[in-house]
Amino acid sequence: MNGILSYTFMQNALAVSVLASIAAGIMGTLVTVNRMSALAGSIAHASFGGLGLAYAAGFDPLAGATGFAVLSSLGIAAISSSSSRRSGTAMAAVWATGMATGLVFIKLSGTYAADLMSWLFGSLLAVSSRDILYAGALDVVVLLVVTVFYKEFLAVSYDGQFSRLQGVPVNLFRIVFLVLTALTAVLLMRVTGLIMVIAMLSIPPAIAEMFTGSLRRMMVLSSALAAVFSVSGLLLATVLDLPPGAVIILISALCYTVALLVDRARSARA
Amino acid sequence: MKEGPASQEKVIRLEDVTAGYQRGKPVIDGIDLEVCRNDFLAVIGPNGGGKSTLIKVILGLLEPWHGTVEVLGGPPGQAWGEVGYVPQVMPEETFPITVMDVVLMGRLKSAGRPGWFGGKDRRRAMEDLERLDVADLAYTDMNSLSGGQKQRVLIARALAGDPEILMLDEPVASVDHETQESFFNLLARMNENMTIVMVTHDVGAVSSHIKSIACINRLLVSHGDTISQETVSRAYGCPFELISHGGVPHRVLGRNDEGSRR
Repeated sequence: MNGILSYTFMQNALAVSVLASIAAGIMGTLVTVNRMSALAGSIAHASFGGLGLAYAAGFDPLAGATGFAVLSSLGIAAISSSSSRRSGTAMAAVWATGMATGLVFIKLSGTYAADLMSWLFGSLLAVSSRDILYAGALDVVVLLVVTVFYKEFLAVSYDGQFSRLQGVPVNLFRIVFLVLTALTAVLLMRVTGLIMVIAMLSIPPAIAEMFTGSLRRMMVLSSALAAVFSVSGLLLATVLDLPPGAVIILISALCYTVALLVDRARSARA
Repeated sequence: MKEGPASQEKVIRLEDVTAGYQRGKPVIDGIDLEVCRNDFLAVIGPNGGGKSTLIKVILGLLEPWHGTVEVLGGPPGQAWGEVGYVPQVMPEETFPITVMDVVLMGRLKSAGRPGWFGGKDRRRAMEDLERLDVADLAYTDMNSLSGGQKQRVLIARALAGDPEILMLDEPVASVDHETQESFFNLLARMNENMTIVMVTHDVGAVSSHIKSIACINRLLVSHGDTISQETVSRAYGCPFELISHGGVPHRVLGRNDEGSRR
């Protein structure tokens, strides 16, 4: 084990895992309490279109994915603010269109399938120092924005109508929330792959919600859980020679099941 | 019912207001309504009759198709913060939030600046919880409260912003009968220096504390300090249980136009 940790690729992987967990716990908590997991999944899948375009046009895939994720989150915000009933349809359409666009572009670019797989299922062991920079910068932005505007984020999530009556620019906060979620989803694609982004954004907060009654503590606990899951998943995957993204999700799912059982036993006793 | 408000100053004024959600299907239609300072107005009417829509228009959450709305002499959006809103309690909803954090939401406008709430806001929130006899619940989880306790917390939240007008949407919907009585006593005390508008579909809630009553079923059927069984029946489109309700004072019944201010 000590031998593995001395490799740079392993150190990079650990750094990205821990840094991504911070953003994932905070944004995942907001996604969960706003009941918007489907939206996070939709944004992640839409960013696949950006990947395809980047491969076809020959620019940075991370930039392509980020661009598409942000644009799709703004598109969903526009559609769902005009009619909340349409937001489900909007998410499904964005989800599928992104994937389809990506597939077409990738076919046109003739990209080698392995590159594609790394985005779909994660490529934690191939992350670079640039990914660490992306993760670190995102953490700084997320921590700063959510700390400074904590009371507004809490209010808008709990009761948007009342927040508006208090003069809070509710739509602006919704857009900021969606854009930060989009950026976090792109980062998590490096860790678990876009197919499993939803799990990283929703399982740690779901467990945390069972054991805390405040949004702030839920954020901290979610980040801690995400870090434990991704670091332990990464190490276990390396030892067993399995794909890290998949092992991280399996560990998360196992802990979620245990937490559900514990929670049920507790409420049965009460 | 009590005597009408002494003041003639209009704090809410609606003129020919029509609003709705679907084109061609107005939920409220041509509403004229004036509310004086320190009035205690009950808005009654059947489900789907437009009571909540009327509230949303007055709050400025819904733009009317036509007509004018004035709250405290200006458009409703300008009065945000001056109007305290108590929404319906949703019993099934869960959210990781403490009672204190809910009440602090009522200080958002007063606190103004970004950042965390300060000691002054927390002390004020605590005072409002004390006023409503739920200060001991300040740091408990909102989800663990009963319907009546949640209602009190939501009122404390509305009061925390020092509103001049308090608007309540179905405040007793999830509250048992005993709690209702103490709740109305509390509202009557607050009415001494606050205008109150309360929506209810429960005519039993039209207690002896209110000063005027408006009956709405798409159109404003009546508004005044008295109401007759006939007008209520007209609003609901069927004979009404007003008679059978023992708690309604005699004055509410049978005096149709006499003394009405409209």
